[in-house]
Amino acid sequence: MVAEISHPLSKYLREAMMPHIWCSGCGNGIILNCFVQAVDELQIDLKKLVVVSGIGCIGRAAGYINTDSFHTTHGRPIAFATGVKLANPDLEVVVISGDGDLFAIGGNHFIHAARRNIGIKVICANNFNYGMTGGQQGPTTLLEAFTTTTPYGNIEHPFNLVHLAAASGATYVARWTTLHVRRLTQSIKKMLQKEGFNFIEVVSPCPEIFGRRNRMRTGLQMMEWFKKASIIEHFSDPAKADITPERIVVGEFVDIEKPCYEKLLYDKMAQILT
Amino acid sequence: MKTENNRTVLTGTHFMNGDIACAEGALAAGCKFFAGYPITPATEIAEHLSKRMPEVGGIYIQMEDEIGSIAAVIGASYTGLKAMTATSGPGFSLMQENIGLAVMTEAPCVIVDIMRGGPSTGQPTLPGQQDIMQAKWGSHGDYEIIALAPSSVQEMFDLTIEAFNLSETYRVPTMVLADEVVGHMWEKVVIPPAEKIRIVNRKKPNTSPEKYLPYMPDDDLVPPMACFGEGFSFHATGLTHDEHGYPKTSSSGVQQKLVKRLCEKIRKNADKIVKVREFMVDDAEVIVVAYGIVARAALSAVKEARKTGIKAGLLRPITIWPFPEKLIAKIAEQAKKIVVPEMNCGQLVREVERNVQGTSVVFLSKLGEDPHTPMEILEAIRRNC
Amino acid sequence: MRVEVRFAGFGGQGIIKSGIITAAAACIYSGKNAVQTQSYGPESRGGACKSEVVISEEEIDFPKVTSPDVLIVMSQHAYNEYAEKVTPGGTIILDPDMIPHEKKLKNVKIFRVPATKIAEELGRKIIANIVMLGAFSAVTRIVDKESLKKSVKTNVPKGTEELNLTAFEKGYQYGEKLLKS
Repeated sequence: MVAEISHPLSKYLREAMMPHIWCSGCGNGIILNCFVQAVDELQIDLKKLVVVSGIGCIGRAAGYINTDSFHTTHGRPIAFATGVKLANPDLEVVVISGDGDLFAIGGNHFIHAARRNIGIKVICANNFNYGMTGGQQGPTTLLEAFTTTTPYGNIEHPFNLVHLAAASGATYVARWTTLHVRRLTQSIKKMLQKEGFNFIEVVSPCPEIFGRRNRMRTGLQMMEWFKKASIIEHFSDPAKADITPERIVVGEFVDIEKPCYEKLLYDKMAQILT
Repeated sequence: MKTENNRTVLTGTHFMNGDIACAEGALAAGCKFFAGYPITPATEIAEHLSKRMPEVGGIYIQMEDEIGSIAAVIGASYTGLKAMTATSGPGFSLMQENIGLAVMTEAPCVIVDIMRGGPSTGQPTLPGQQDIMQAKWGSHGDYEIIALAPSSVQEMFDLTIEAFNLSETYRVPTMVLADEVVGHMWEKVVIPPAEKIRIVNRKKPNTSPEKYLPYMPDDDLVPPMACFGEGFSFHATGLTHDEHGYPKTSSSGVQQKLVKRLCEKIRKNADKIVKVREFMVDDAEVIVVAYGIVARAALSAVKEARKTGIKAGLLRPITIWPFPEKLIAKIAEQAKKIVVPEMNCGQLVREVERNVQGTSVVFLSKLGEDPHTPMEILEAIRRNC
Repeated sequence: MRVEVRFAGFGGQGIIKSGIITAAAACIYSGKNAVQTQSYGPESRGGACKSEVVISEEEIDFPKVTSPDVLIVMSQHAYNEYAEKVTPGGTIILDPDMIPHEKKLKNVKIFRVPATKIAEELGRKIIANIVMLGAFSAVTRIVDKESLKKSVKTNVPKGTEELNLTAFEKGYQYGEKLLKS
């Protein structure tokens, strides 16, 4: 008889939700793995952790993680998380969502949450397109890339997410690709230990939907692109960190201290009540 | 955070406007979270709560829009606080998608809509009753909500408390549908002592986290509600879900069961929820059905009509949704005519017509600055008696 | 008995506040029923603005004014709009400096109170509405003087109570003088 061996991190996952919905070669599993690894290394109390996500492939991550979790409407995880964090500032509130959810339909919530510096930790899986709906152009689709709605090549300039986050007031901003597993995990750990609005962009492969229209049919081919194009430059100017086919600047861009919203709010309330 | 109870309920007699009475009602009901966005004629609710919430240890936040406001309210509700937002037509439209989310995830919350003239930007400072159908049908999919229509400043206070109680009882978004006149009107409000105010709090699970099924209803079709941070580690989603809260997007059985329950928990409890006020209805031959500010003109008209020997009566739905179907059907049996004045082009009148058989229904529309005058309604009563 | 009072002018003159002070005086300080409603434009300052009060010993069903017994008016525009809508035998209290062009009106009592000028003499043009309230109290007696004064005191910004009460008193005296003349 063989004893059943379970994965050391399986307690962090809702096994009833498996199998997951992600395609082979997708980077979402790597992001989930790095997040769970970071939570495990920090020994975060799962009762105090809330994971919120929006709509999109990565949006299912909230359901897969065995904590209090909420899968909101499209674009609204940060606004929902704002209510959670203010209602109970002792909770660690993490938003895991995609580039379309957070920066197209939800862009307004992102910039305002960053401006307020509310203590929400945001992990964005940037796969350059709307994967779940079959691969349409999105706010991060590179110029000239092919998607189902840019059959002649994309003519829209993409957002540079780390620049947007930095300019909006985030106190921690980093970018990694799914190739940088250890660095990403360290970055998530750092973010979870820091106050304020923190943001990590994870450039993630989507070979089945995006890659195959752009001469990268497998996850491996997409990872090879990340490997070739990535340059680690810590604290470089986020304004100059646009992603291009030739160059993906990764690293930490911002790591500053600034009073967070919930602290300012509760301090003010304490003043008023005394 | 420690709260100072004597500041939460401002027991006494006050002279205040409807918006402020609504805000005080929310506090008296135990509301500890408000998220909103400025909009005429509801802004005074936000302004007042920005001052009052910190005094009672509650949270006030101005969000970047109404979409964010209702999302934050649902987040706070899931984290255990009684939560509210307030808006008017354009903002109410923006909230509709997440009202659907609140319905689907059974998040107790209160949405106040101080109705102004629409469509679109319309007449921001003038009254309307044009969001009656939006309140019921504004979000996609099939669902039921509860909506209450106050017609005095005192009722802005009382019915806001009632809205919280119903919302907590049935885990359903509950609306206070007031019009601009009621929102901005100043009147006397009597706030009773805290211990005299009936407060309902949501049912909590009495099982262990291991056994807790977040969407398994009790006999009343309402599931007990755990909140974030209480150790239940549960999942909620706007997707069709089973009793575990897990998505089941390809099962017609799960969809049938869930959506029917969401509707039936309100429909089957409608008799307990529905509230109306009747005036001289018993022997009435012409019955006016009116709500909100218009009901006050109607009351005046009915009294005048009685003075001249006309058997007129008034039925005022306080609960707009669920609509008092049975009561309307009952009065239709005795009345020769039913007069329905509304500040719109015909909304609740459709529900009246749907529930009467054979009795003719006369609709009286009014749009713009002033609600119907008592004289206008009296004339309609005279024409139809 | 139901009494209807309409205050009208432009945004920024304290028209809405006047209505609230009057209704609160009747309701809280003289034990009657009272309700104040209002209508105003999208502008915070300068737009047309009216504030209406219904006072009654009975419960007030319809809270809006339909035929005002008293019109207190502080702009030409509002005068043109509302002067002819006063109930026959009713009263108009107007600021003649704000209303240079008057119509020939029948069957109304007219009291001309230079409230803006009086307020300017007191150093604050913004309290002209309170001067008008004083005159309103003196010439109509609909709400008694002491109740109105209490209501003024509780409904004006902190620190301006004395100034406002002086304005009220000046208006009251001016009203009494008009009654005697």
